[in-house]
Amino acid sequence: MTQEVKTYTVPTMANMAASGEEPEILFWVGCAGSFDDRYKRVTIAFVRILNHVGIKFAVLGPEEACTGDPARRAGNEFLFQMQAMSNIQVLNGYNVKKIVTACPHCFNTLKNEYPELGGNYEVIHHSQFLQGLINEGRVRVKDGQSFKGRRITFHDSCYLGRANKVYEAPRDVLAALDADLVEMKRVRANGLCCGAGGGQYFKEPEPGKKDVNVERVEEALGTGADTIAVACPFCMTMMSDGVKNKNREDSVRVYDISELIAQGQGL
Amino acid sequence: MEIFQQILFVAALAATAWFITKRIQLISRAIKLGRPENRFDHPDERLKTMLLVAFGQKKMFTNLLVGSMHFVIYAGFIIINLEILEIILDGILGTHRLFAPYITPIYPILIDVFEVLAFGVLAVCVVFLCRRFIARVSRLQAERHRELRGWPISDATLILTAEIFLMIAFLTWNASDSVLRDRGVGHYGELQGIVPDFLVSQYLKPLFLTFSDMALVAYERTAWWLHILGILAFAIYVTYSKHLHIALGFPNVYFSDLQPKGEMQNMPEITKEVQLALGLPVTTDGSQVNDNGEQPVEVGRFGAKDVQDLKWINLMNAYSCTECGRCTAACPANITGKKLSPRKIMMDTRDRLEEIQRGWQTHGNEYKDDKSLLNDYITAEELNACTTCQACINACPININPLDIILQLRRYRVMEESQAPASWNAMFSNIENNMAPWKFSPSDRFNWADQVNDAK
Repeated sequence: MTQEVKTYTVPTMANMAASGEEPEILFWVGCAGSFDDRYKRVTIAFVRILNHVGIKFAVLGPEEACTGDPARRAGNEFLFQMQAMSNIQVLNGYNVKKIVTACPHCFNTLKNEYPELGGNYEVIHHSQFLQGLINEGRVRVKDGQSFKGRRITFHDSCYLGRANKVYEAPRDVLAALDADLVEMKRVRANGLCCGAGGGQYFKEPEPGKKDVNVERVEEALGTGADTIAVACPFCMTMMSDGVKNKNREDSVRVYDISELIAQGQGL
Repeated sequence: MEIFQQILFVAALAATAWFITKRIQLISRAIKLGRPENRFDHPDERLKTMLLVAFGQKKMFTNLLVGSMHFVIYAGFIIINLEILEIILDGILGTHRLFAPYITPIYPILIDVFEVLAFGVLAVCVVFLCRRFIARVSRLQAERHRELRGWPISDATLILTAEIFLMIAFLTWNASDSVLRDRGVGHYGELQGIVPDFLVSQYLKPLFLTFSDMALVAYERTAWWLHILGILAFAIYVTYSKHLHIALGFPNVYFSDLQPKGEMQNMPEITKEVQLALGLPVTTDGSQVNDNGEQPVEVGRFGAKDVQDLKWINLMNAYSCTECGRCTAACPANITGKKLSPRKIMMDTRDRLEEIQRGWQTHGNEYKDDKSLLNDYITAEELNACTTCQACINACPININPLDIILQLRRYRVMEESQAPASWNAMFSNIENNMAPWKFSPSDRFNWADQVNDAK
């Protein structure tokens, strides 16, 4: 048997528009997904899944810009609206209707905050998108890619969970793996923040007795999990840093749910 | 003698009504300091939320045991009002147990229910005091939470003690009344055979068996007066206290946010500026539309510096807060020792409003001081520590939103005072110049795609 060699493609909206095409979905990559070395692997994993299931998608590529979420939450409404309105011009220019993003902050802003400024799209988080693919049977974990015996705990991100009440989708996605899912004490609506939201990621924390991500990682480690699953670029960094802080990076890994699905599919 | 008591009673009632009306006027005037915002939309959804969250106490039952205990006090408060109605009518008319002859079969059942609730309230208040002072529930400790130092702890203790005292007065009043009835003394004896012993107070009767008739009547009258005067005094006290939540909790939930919790409110006055800057058609006139659809004359500040810049619902939130600290106990910043406490944000907002109220009372209604909520009450360190995770909003049993206040104060600091932390300013300029919060070239944004076909 020969190993099937796949070629993955990443079409851009500009290319599609040039050839008179419209994709089913726009994949909004986000700044972290574009520039953060660790999170670029999540972007790639998700693109491979999109290729694998044969969905007609496109990205904005160089035309994408920050949604403005961190600026707005830090208090800079002017900068937020500059970003939002420029982005809306680009999105509306391409007649975008459906957006999928792996970043809950982009998700929340595009979904809840852009409509008032003239940007109306159906916005889906990649956990919901993957849940749909799994429910439809288009994504199935391959034989021989067993997760048996691995303990996975899921860290709810605030802007997916509390802000938009998406609690089950990422758990359903993880349930497609034959791993043991273990829950932390503070989950779903009571989940504890990773410490990065509201612009915290971009500055040193205020003085306190502990960093938030360390508190959260202690709770995650307390479950005995060897994998901390996340669904947000900021949670990813904060959890990874927390694991390093506890000197557990050899035994505990932090993955995005799409990476686990891609692994499960041998992509 | 009887008529003298009636006059005294009506006078007490009238004085209470006058005091409370004054307080309501003052508090509503303070709430109206806030900016207009329409919270009268979607009445069906609002009513449903109020029935579930306020009447149904839905969020209190997150902790079943505490929820049930709170429910006993809540049910006691609501239902015992029926008994208070009889007491008030008796007081005005000089009657004794006015309702008894008219609703003879259900009267004892009603009083039994009141007594069981009264006993329940008494027991729960004792447990709540024990939780504060013996079990030392963390979120209620002043050593751990600086905003509780002094008055807030005394306020809580006073409320619980007063409720215990009121319930004891009610139960011993019924007991002494039963003994007088048994003995056939005066008008008490007239209800013999109509009103039986009650479920709880029958066990207190032995305390009074050795009393002379005169001593019993004196006790009965004293307990009755203490109970009702206590309730009237408590009703006035409530308007000065965190206990105002028993009234404001309901409208507070009715008018609470219906938007998704992650959505930050738009600033139309900025939309206009940005549309002009980007050369887009202007779709907004930039002013807030108030509840009547009228445009206010002056455009306010960007963000909030003081209570006048906040919305009226933020101010109602502040008066509704019971200082239970569930928000603070859920706040990641507070859990990890930062200065931020969402409860303190609400208490500071109310403290600032009360300071303004005192100014009005001593210097007239136009009085203004040179203090503000920001800096004099809430510091930048507190504001900067917020992760906007919304755990505080989720935790509040009556849908108070401390985050909204935090974000409005942040807006003022950043847009009017240019006082963001240096690293936030760097983030802002990166977004402005590089379209990303980091200093990467926008042209490198798509470089990741080169790696999609690399080996795993």
